[in-house]
Amino acid sequence: MKRMIAWAALALMSLTGAALAEEYPERPIMMMVSYGAGGATDFQARIVTMTSGNEDALGMPIAIINKPGAGGRVGWNWFATQADPDGYTLAAYNVPHFIAQSIKGGVEYSTDSFEPIANWGADPAVFVVGADSEFNSMEDIVAYAKENPGKLTVSGAGLFVGHHIAALQIDKAAGTKMAYIPTKGGGAAAMKAVIAGEVLGGINNLSDAFRAQEAGNVKILGVADLERSTFLPDVPTMKEQGLDVDNSSVNFRGVMVPKGTPPEVIEKLAATVPEMFANSRVAKKMEAGGSPMHIMTRDEVIEMWAQRQQTLNELLAGL
Amino acid sequence: MEFIYYFGDVFTPLSFMLLLGGTIGGLILGATPGLSPTMAVALLIPFTFQLEAAQGLILLGAAYTSTVAGGAVSAILLKIPGAPANIATTLDGHTMAKKGEGARALQLSFLASAVGGIFGVLLLIFLTPVLAQWALAFGPSHLFWLAILGVTVIGTLDSASVVKGLLSGCIGLWLATIGFDDIMGAQRFIFHPALGGGINIIAALIGLFAIPQVLTMFAKGRQTDGAEVIEVQRHSILAAFRELFSRTRALSIGTLTGSIIGLIPGVGGQIAGLVAYDQTKKFSSEKEKFGTGHSEGVIAAESANNAMVGPSLVPLLTLSIPGSPTAAVLLGGLLIHGIFPGSDLFDNHPDVAWTFINSMLIGQVLMCIFGLYVAGLAARVAQVPQSVMAAIVLALSVFGAYSVQGSMGDVYVMACLGIGMFFLERFGFSAAPLVLGLILGPIAEANFIQGGMIADATVGKALYFLTGGLNLLLIAVVLASIAYSVWMELRHRRYTTKEEAQA
Repeated sequence: MKRMIAWAALALMSLTGAALAEEYPERPIMMMVSYGAGGATDFQARIVTMTSGNEDALGMPIAIINKPGAGGRVGWNWFATQADPDGYTLAAYNVPHFIAQSIKGGVEYSTDSFEPIANWGADPAVFVVGADSEFNSMEDIVAYAKENPGKLTVSGAGLFVGHHIAALQIDKAAGTKMAYIPTKGGGAAAMKAVIAGEVLGGINNLSDAFRAQEAGNVKILGVADLERSTFLPDVPTMKEQGLDVDNSSVNFRGVMVPKGTPPEVIEKLAATVPEMFANSRVAKKMEAGGSPMHIMTRDEVIEMWAQRQQTLNELLAGL
Repeated sequence: MEFIYYFGDVFTPLSFMLLLGGTIGGLILGATPGLSPTMAVALLIPFTFQLEAAQGLILLGAAYTSTVAGGAVSAILLKIPGAPANIATTLDGHTMAKKGEGARALQLSFLASAVGGIFGVLLLIFLTPVLAQWALAFGPSHLFWLAILGVTVIGTLDSASVVKGLLSGCIGLWLATIGFDDIMGAQRFIFHPALGGGINIIAALIGLFAIPQVLTMFAKGRQTDGAEVIEVQRHSILAAFRELFSRTRALSIGTLTGSIIGLIPGVGGQIAGLVAYDQTKKFSSEKEKFGTGHSEGVIAAESANNAMVGPSLVPLLTLSIPGSPTAAVLLGGLLIHGIFPGSDLFDNHPDVAWTFINSMLIGQVLMCIFGLYVAGLAARVAQVPQSVMAAIVLALSVFGAYSVQGSMGDVYVMACLGIGMFFLERFGFSAAPLVLGLILGPIAEANFIQGGMIADATVGKALYFLTGGLNLLLIAVVLASIAYSVWMELRHRRYTTKEEAQA
């Protein structure tokens, strides 16, 4: 009897294994976003997944679930420890946030806890100053910071997020020491501090800064990325202005699953999801919202994660 | 006067249907415990994908205004504040409902909401450019002093004594420190993964207000067989109108406080109701009646929390900075349609901007009409036997706490805080000051540290926090508030000792 049950169980398992790839997904999928509803990550996640119900995509809708708190740690902790690795629970990742947090400790995840599927967006950090500021280039900023060590106040959204990493990289490249002021309440609070003149400068998301510049509230002095942005063709990168700052602070957003998800499911997702992102309706909505897209496949993301892990290990070692 | 030109757009068949649907749906969502206005708006955003920009925003605007007012329903009938904005409404509103005056309380709250709400939206229409400057004027040092001003209110708010009020406030301040600290990156008092993100304010509200009441009801049910039936009095709408306008002091204090506080980014709606309630109490000639089912309390709290809706959108619409969580969600709703708030919105999409604002204006009126219509019916909830009621409230509390972030952790937090509060209430502590501490703690702390960092890099802490017109003004108000509380406490003591001596 026991043997029969064992055989039956084995048969069932092999059956489900084979069937999984063919029939997956057979019910709606959930995607966890570890930031609040209405934030940039949430808003973009909703747009890029809106076509998932189409026949040429997954054929099943993706529902967004928000688990905000502690700069994303709450959601990713939940995802690493409690989410079922069955392919029906996806999550949005934000690099470098989660990697930096895992390096600084106190969380239950690292890059090894997750399997990337695909990347949809890349939002570089930019340096902004108020519209009536006397600074007009990164050169002015560095000159001021060198003359007044520790006195150049720069706002950003929290510690160990892209903004903070960009500030650290600028300091390292120019040999300066800026006073980084982390704000509570994300990029919006940091931007408000710049517009209201509470701080001399700020590091913020390109998409938010672009909007603020359109509204005539700020000047954007430099982009912390390898290339200029299509949204801001006139703004030079940090490298062009003589600062050795790479794209480590760029906020990459994409989809991942927990470790232990069946390989057939990962393969299927990795093949379908990037195409779903490439849908023209998605691209139109993303562009309208001022959100830069950057589609990367699973293999490219794995490489990108490994690179970030290395750079951040070095950068955060001294802190 | 440009907005009048776009009024027609609100009344096209589809738009008006959306407005009506948004209002009624918003009232129901708002009355559901655990669904705050922010969440209700976030839930509706996917529905706007298929709509045109203006129509989508009509839906969101109507839902925002009516969820804020709908929160009063559960606050009054069940003593579960749907959002922090409704805390003050429970203090007198629920006592009225228990006396069988639920219909009156609901009618007054909807009328006061409409008056406050319309005033707030009119401010948004006429004074936006001026108000935007005012919203930017508040830096970290000012927000810090503002939070301290809130702390001075704690002692006098709904407590048997100032000392007990301050003690519950301190418990709230301590609870607020739990979780990851965004600014310093430290972990504080996290003994369970459910506490990693700190204590969720909505879950805490449900636990602190509803659970002690459920426990009391269960305890009582045993003794009296739940036979205590409350007679629900009918109340005519006309009488409610007359009462509202005879309470002009509560109405005007509520409306003005709500509008001013609603404007300040990051503080806004959460404390508008409580501050207005406290101010009205201080200026009222019938102070001792507050907390015993006094209509001024309901009017002040509800006019304030709806008055804040309009001004809270000023930073978003003019500067593209969301000043409140709900505004952040609305920003997402605008961006999805490719509209950038700020000058772009009013210059290039005036139809969208003004239709949105108009829909909030009309939404207030519709909300009021619909609310008055159901007030009489809803008030009968008080007739439900206590034992049944306790079960319903408990079920709603668990559902509400879970639905905030779909997490059981919040349900545990709610249960623990609720049971703790049940025992604290036995000793004369009350939930309102505790919640105020929970809300103000993070605001005071974050702004003090942030301000301190800026100050160290520039002029030094003393100069940064203690000089400047706005700082000095706020410090003066803080001192006046403390002096007033001390004076009241002393006078109160003298009276009681005199009475005791005579007795």
